[in-house]
Amino acid sequence: MSDALLEIDNLCVDYETARGDLKALRDITFNINKGEIVGIVGESGCGKSTLISAILRLIAPNTRFRNGEIRFKGEDLLTASEEKIRSLRGSDISIVFQDPMQTHNPVISIGNQMVDIQHRSKAPKAEKRAYAAKMLAAVGIPDPDARLNQYPHEFSGGMRQRIAIAMALMSEPDLLIADEPTTALDATLEVQIIERLKNLQKDFGCSILFISHHLGVIAELCDRVVVMYAGAVVESGTVREVFHNPKHPYTKRLIECDPGHIKERARVLPTIPGEVPDLANLPSGCIFRDRCLQAMDRCTSVPPLTDITESQRAACWLNHMEAAE
Amino acid sequence: MTVAATNTPKSQSELGIILKGVCKDPLGLMGLIIVGTIVISALLATWIVPYDPIAMNIKDRMQGPSFAHLLGTDQLGRDTFSRVIMGGRVALKVALPAIFGAMAIGLTLGMIAGYGPKWLDNLLMLFFDTIRSFPTVMFALAVVALVGPSLQTVVIVVMATSIPTYGRVARTQTLTLRNSEFILAERSMGAKMSRILGVHMLPNIIGVLAVLAAMDIPGVIALEAGLSFLGLGVKPPTPSWGALLKDGYALIRQTPWLVIAGGLPIILATLGFTFLGESLRDVVDPKLRKNR
Repeated sequence: MSDALLEIDNLCVDYETARGDLKALRDITFNINKGEIVGIVGESGCGKSTLISAILRLIAPNTRFRNGEIRFKGEDLLTASEEKIRSLRGSDISIVFQDPMQTHNPVISIGNQMVDIQHRSKAPKAEKRAYAAKMLAAVGIPDPDARLNQYPHEFSGGMRQRIAIAMALMSEPDLLIADEPTTALDATLEVQIIERLKNLQKDFGCSILFISHHLGVIAELCDRVVVMYAGAVVESGTVREVFHNPKHPYTKRLIECDPGHIKERARVLPTIPGEVPDLANLPSGCIFRDRCLQAMDRCTSVPPLTDITESQRAACWLNHMEAAE
Repeated sequence: MTVAATNTPKSQSELGIILKGVCKDPLGLMGLIIVGTIVISALLATWIVPYDPIAMNIKDRMQGPSFAHLLGTDQLGRDTFSRVIMGGRVALKVALPAIFGAMAIGLTLGMIAGYGPKWLDNLLMLFFDTIRSFPTVMFALAVVALVGPSLQTVVIVVMATSIPTYGRVARTQTLTLRNSEFILAERSMGAKMSRILGVHMLPNIIGVLAVLAAMDIPGVIALEAGLSFLGLGVKPPTPSWGALLKDGYALIRQTPWLVIAGGLPIILATLGFTFLGESLRDVVDPKLRKNR
């Protein structure tokens, strides 16, 4: 196994609200190795976005880091100085956001934005512009030199997202965070973007943290997957392990509910009954207990995230039963 | 869209695009011509004027328009045409520094209020509201009464009373922009606060303020004329449109062309700057440009 680029250990993040502390992330632990694509899956509100903002430390003022560490190349990002973290943003860690219609400054031409983003480089402007054109070509924008003069509104959504990817990759980052980059796009574009990301990842050799709630995309793109539920990691492992042999009931239900997974025409799409627990008033025991069909007495205590195989881990007592038998 | 897009000329400066857009709009073109005429005549005033605007010639006083004196002469025999041209110079000398000064200060303070911490925002808003609570003319009268009438006094009074308008607009724009996704994207790419404000926020705000400024200039010209009319603006021998009006007002029965010569440029300047401002508003936004 190659060495770890980003290590997250027991990360706990709270939001201070009028109703009390909202426990947005609890004991998040996972690694991203160099050159690896890791996917994070989970329904809305499970803490995916909080996790990203914690990694970049672009946090809301009411965010509190209660415990844990985020280490990037061995350095703790949570205790690093603001200066240090800003020098990492956009050079070693870049991000592609969800909505391509919003991520570009509407009154500055794409070319000028791509030149501006290289503000750390001392190269002359013409050189920066040439590099910008090269990057546009790399993400498959035709006639890049002419298109540099155009404004964001003159591009389609798919193109804008590809431009966003080009901009994120300009600094040749070690880690690219992709926050649901295909959610706002239609299915054909989604495939395009995924293919593009895959190829670019091979060329640039960066690691990618890919966040999505589309299981198919994760399966297509990622090496490993982390399944999150209500602010906690419930299962992690290689894509093959998690999708073919899920060890947590939530992962199982999630896969069953994926529209791509349903073979026959169903009158009602399958769902997971119940609701995500209130993060301000967490129930005791396993967080998935109320919605779990296999809940048992033992689930009143919190199951630890335990190794199932060398790479797969899950937080469910059921796996302990199997081990005992 | 792609075809139209690739046909766009390779390098066209922002200013060129804006100028072209203004010229396409008939009202904008008219505004541009009027403003251009005023600015050029003010710049070249020394060479244009047929007579010294403050030279008195009692022999030829209160004459009607003729080839020798295009707009006649006033009660002291001064050539009115020369005084109108020179008056334009005074009007712009007051309006431009006052508006640009107010815009620069208002923009800076407004952006700081919008992007900075809450307490600073509150403090600056209190400052803006305090200034705004003075009626402009009363404030001007009070200041003039204190330090005496002069061009500089008018400039300072106009600047001080205009700052809150620009400050508030800049603040509101900054507040709406600061949480937009592209600013977050910029921060996540490691941009400093100065870069975010200067490179990314400013172009989004400046257009609105430029339009506001173009529309404010006629108000300032009118204010200067008004103060001069009351004898509180520029000092007597200096020609100004307001002073012309004042002189003409006393002699309206004998020499009506004096009032017309003083009033017409004020009306024209007001119309010209307003048309230009409105046309600019539609053109500065690259998103609106395409739809026209």
